[in-house]
Amino acid sequence: MQRTILLAIAALVASAEPATAERLVASISTHRVMVTSNFTGDELVLFGGIERDAATVPRRGGYDIVATVTGPRQNLVTFRKKRVLGIWVNVDSRVFEAAPSYLAVLSNRPLDAIANSETLRRLQLGLDNLVLLQRASVNIADSAREDPFRQSFLRIKREHGLYRQEENGVTFLTPALFRASIPLPAEVPVGNYEVDIRLFADSNLIARTPSAFEVYKAGFEQVVTAAARDHGLFYGLATAGMALLTGWFASVVFRRD
Amino acid sequence: MQAGAAIADLLHSRGSNGRTFKPVQIYLPIADLPVNIFVILAMGLAVGFISGMFGIGGGFLMTPLLIFLGISPAVAVASVASHIAASSFSGALSYWRRRAIDLALGFMLLAGGIVGTACGVWLFTKLRSLGQLDITIGVSYVLLLGIVGGLMVVESVRAILRTRQGKPVELRRPGSHTWLHGLPFKLRFKRSRIYVSAIPVWAIGFIIGFVGAVMGIGGGFLLVPMLIYFLRMPTATVIGTSMVLTLVTMASATVMHAATNHLVDAVLALILMAGGVTGAQFGARAGQKMSGERLRLLLGLLVLAVGIRFALNLVLVPEDLYSIRPLEDGT
Repeated sequence: MQRTILLAIAALVASAEPATAERLVASISTHRVMVTSNFTGDELVLFGGIERDAATVPRRGGYDIVATVTGPRQNLVTFRKKRVLGIWVNVDSRVFEAAPSYLAVLSNRPLDAIANSETLRRLQLGLDNLVLLQRASVNIADSAREDPFRQSFLRIKREHGLYRQEENGVTFLTPALFRASIPLPAEVPVGNYEVDIRLFADSNLIARTPSAFEVYKAGFEQVVTAAARDHGLFYGLATAGMALLTGWFASVVFRRD
Repeated sequence: MQAGAAIADLLHSRGSNGRTFKPVQIYLPIADLPVNIFVILAMGLAVGFISGMFGIGGGFLMTPLLIFLGISPAVAVASVASHIAASSFSGALSYWRRRAIDLALGFMLLAGGIVGTACGVWLFTKLRSLGQLDITIGVSYVLLLGIVGGLMVVESVRAILRTRQGKPVELRRPGSHTWLHGLPFKLRFKRSRIYVSAIPVWAIGFIIGFVGAVMGIGGGFLLVPMLIYFLRMPTATVIGTSMVLTLVTMASATVMHAATNHLVDAVLALILMAGGVTGAQFGARAGQKMSGERLRLLLGLLVLAVGIRFALNLVLVPEDLYSIRPLEDGT
């Protein structure tokens, strides 16, 4: 399966279609990540090639790749604790609307070396340029960069491995062929993940290609989750029944009188 | 040709970077995180041992331990309920065989207990949506464990000193009445040989059900002293009856938490149960070798220690002032 994708890509890279600009082709090692009972995280491999022909102008600075992986969006609350009457209580909170649950920004060198800050901001590239919509009463606006809630949100997400920015996350194997690994920690949320691969040359965005993969619970995990969500009452009764059975079993096994 | 070599390189590196298989890790479907199955099993055994030794459910130990492992307080509270149901059922069955259960009194306590549990689950849901669940659980633990633990230590030390000095142990005086005995709706409970009003019985049931649902504890360590001090119930029937109440309130808390909050992790619960019911059997044998006062002193110290641990958590400057949580749909 993996080999056939690779071969297909190799064929694509090899077949020279008439084009004046570069074309970007990419694929991921798997498009479906199963969360089963032995799931402890996974690592996907993204690979791709830059297609060029005789008419393509030579790029003096070489090519740069920035791949952004965005997980399913969630409304997340960030709480801040304060001391009230001697104890620490969640006092303030901010809601970040439709924030990515997972975000990885992978590149072959530091982002500010690839493009200028204006371009990065316009393309929303990098954690610093992530638009985090914050709800304040009725208005929804992007949060300020120095906002302590935003900073802490990004920091906690990074600590959990759910947000990451890797300046050496993309490796060029040949000048026109690259690979990147997408690390998925054990706590990745299930859902659809979008992968956006951008090709830069001489600080300009010259090509872009999307890809995607899905993280889903499978087998027993899926059955349990679906039962808990859709048939809460029966699930609860079954769990309680299981408790009674376990208790009865123990009292029979260890019975001494 | 060069591309071919590069692709071979890609395939090779994929192999070395592939998933490492850890057989002891199991992914919990509702808690959404992998845990070491042996750690959970060992916790179940240890808490089961303590619960069997003292005749309590052990929820007040298990819930904090799970939170410490990184399981969210909400999932911990909801899942521990089913674990306590299992160990109390196993205990109740052996007391049933010894005819040490007052079913009539148990049913009266239950009437209050079910209402209390429903109120507790409602408050739990409400607090969770307000983002104040953790702090409420924390403060309640400190207050409850501090007071109960302190009282138990003082009482048991006094009892130990009394027996040291050779004074006779204070016996239950059948004639002694408190204001509780003046309340209406009086009922006679034959097996426990007491004649009390139904109102304090309902009230005790309500408190245990309520506290249990909010804090993820069975309330055995609360119920036993309450039955002895307020209702003057004889010790012969008190533990068995308390286990029946714990069983029903915790089983219904499991169902209600599952139906309203969808937070019961059956996989986690099953591992805890397996360890818990086994540990409880060995604990019960160890407990029979100790005197009642010693046992109460030990339990009191344990309860107090957990309470102090929670108090430190609330008072000390937290490691991280910020925390993230998904926004609940219900708000």
